[in-house]
Amino acid sequence: MQFGIFSVGDVTTDPTTGKTPTEHERIQAILAIARKAEEVGLDVFATGEHHNPPFVPSSPTTMLGFLAAQTNRILLSTSTTLITTNDPVKIAEDFAMLQHISGGRVDLMMGRGNTGPVYPWFGKDIRDGISLAIENYALLHRLWREDFVDWEGKFRTPLQGFQSTPRPLDGIAPFVWHGSIRSPQIAEQAAYYGDGFFHNNIFWPQQHTAQMINLYRERYEHYGHGPAAHAIVGVGGQVFMRKNSQAAKDEFRPYFNNAPVYGHGPSMEEFTEQTPLTVGSPQEVIDRYAAQQELYGDYQRQLFLMDHAGLPLKTVLEQLDLLGEEVVPVLRREFAAKRAPGVPDAPTHASLLAASGTVSQAIAPQNDPTYDTGFGVTGIAPGAATLASLDAESGR
Amino acid sequence: MTARRIAVISAGLSEPSSTRQLADALARASAIELERGGEAAEIEVIELRHIAPDVLNGLLTGTHAAPLANALRVVEDADAVIAVTPIFSTSYSGLFKMFVDLIDRDALTGTPVILGATAGTPRHSLAIDYAIRPIFAYLHADVVPTGVFAATADWGGQGTDAEGLPGRIARAARELAGKLAGSAPRSFRELPAASESAAGEIVAGGAAVPGSEGADSGTARAGGSPSAPRPTASLGGAASRAFDGGFVPMGDLLPH
Repeated sequence: MQFGIFSVGDVTTDPTTGKTPTEHERIQAILAIARKAEEVGLDVFATGEHHNPPFVPSSPTTMLGFLAAQTNRILLSTSTTLITTNDPVKIAEDFAMLQHISGGRVDLMMGRGNTGPVYPWFGKDIRDGISLAIENYALLHRLWREDFVDWEGKFRTPLQGFQSTPRPLDGIAPFVWHGSIRSPQIAEQAAYYGDGFFHNNIFWPQQHTAQMINLYRERYEHYGHGPAAHAIVGVGGQVFMRKNSQAAKDEFRPYFNNAPVYGHGPSMEEFTEQTPLTVGSPQEVIDRYAAQQELYGDYQRQLFLMDHAGLPLKTVLEQLDLLGEEVVPVLRREFAAKRAPGVPDAPTHASLLAASGTVSQAIAPQNDPTYDTGFGVTGIAPGAATLASLDAESGR
Repeated sequence: MTARRIAVISAGLSEPSSTRQLADALARASAIELERGGEAAEIEVIELRHIAPDVLNGLLTGTHAAPLANALRVVEDADAVIAVTPIFSTSYSGLFKMFVDLIDRDALTGTPVILGATAGTPRHSLAIDYAIRPIFAYLHADVVPTGVFAATADWGGQGTDAEGLPGRIARAARELAGKLAGSAPRSFRELPAASESAAGEIVAGGAAVPGSEGADSGTARAGGSPSAPRPTASLGGAASRAFDGGFVPMGDLLPH
């Protein structure tokens, strides 16, 4: 089971001080939060992608590339990567590059985005949202798995014999999650490919989240990837903790009451009842999240939103200490104890590499014959194939 | 015999309200008309006043408190809808529109609907047609031709219409029953029941309608319990606003 954090990347005024971080301060804070996540033993850091203020992370692989250099172990991911408005060719290239830079510590989550104008800003039509997600991912999936791609679709210019570069590390595509809150089509898409399905969960009753997850599980089995109980599921959540439950509530309340996404609507008590937001002691967080296993089945990834509502960096770092030291170790034990035998972990580069039976390019000598493909590029073309013979085979 | 489920939306702000009074009268008349055709009605009243904070929170943060979720489910599962709002500043009340905005945009497609409105003055009598009917046209609902407007004077029999308010109510009810006649009940659209305490006021059977003796016969939900668990729904379609459309098997979407 992987535990991590996901950041929306909003610049929000701290309601208790009236201070608003600059974009630069916020970006530096996100980097500090990601480093801290590794330090406290979390497994995943994921960043959102946005193209309008007050959000700063418009360029996820720039941020994650920098973090790859500053961390050693943590998996770098997204929440989400806009499969609708980004060119799938650029996604293929950016994340393959990030794989090489980070030594394979990369996966990513596809999403459609929730900001309508992003579509026209990037020359797309929001009414095509689902169709874009389907077609663009179909291309992305091929670009990482086929050395030369002929492509013609509805939404981007055709490709003839196109090779995205660099090729995925060790010829293994980054593992992909598909994030969706309320679109069964996306659960279906994730199931079709045998990819992971992530429900952000944070604004929804758990019953709703369970229905989406169950649909994905059912279809995962339908497509022959394995039993429904072995499908790869991720879930979001958000918490605020202090040792003392009442102290947590008192401290977080002004943030809740004023946060753009929470405030001025339901009370904090109503909101915590209806969503996974948990404000209280570490033990309350443990109890609430451990119980999710019963609702969602054995799942593979739990991400927490911790830098929300304008909380200052210092507070977020304290929260991560509590999460890493007091909550996650217990959750790991509790989830593991209840987990049914045979349920797989979320795939990582290492596990996919092991399953493929090859040796990592990142650790193999440069002249390892496994990768002597004749054109020394991909590491996945078989044996003595040459560029010329591949061309001949494909009729070009 | 399966009872026809009629969801009644009442957006009156006071209690009791003339809006609720009109809503009840329309429900009662509809039940009587259905009974005349050999069918039972199951009336479920949603008093929006009781769930107003949940409606607002639903719009602000997307959360769906159980009473709101249940009210939406009642509307989205109904065989027919009776929607009544007070007229404020020449149009539907804000609360009415806020609730309608939370209804799945496909859920009322083809659903027979009676529109009703109340106001202090007969000068608002066209508000149903210029303000409310377009909303339900957008939702592809099957709205009956007669909209029932009741100004204060109508309750005393001094309305401007020779037919009188009871006549208009009866005509709208006949039109609704006519649309329901011969169509299959929507039982296939069932969803899991939320926890007991439903929308503001949801009562199975005509008992929810004051003085509805005529409508009471044969109005019990199959199984007799209003909170009997319903089967799990398949996702998608118009079943619930919580899901954005259904899904098409991937093989049908991809080339080859």
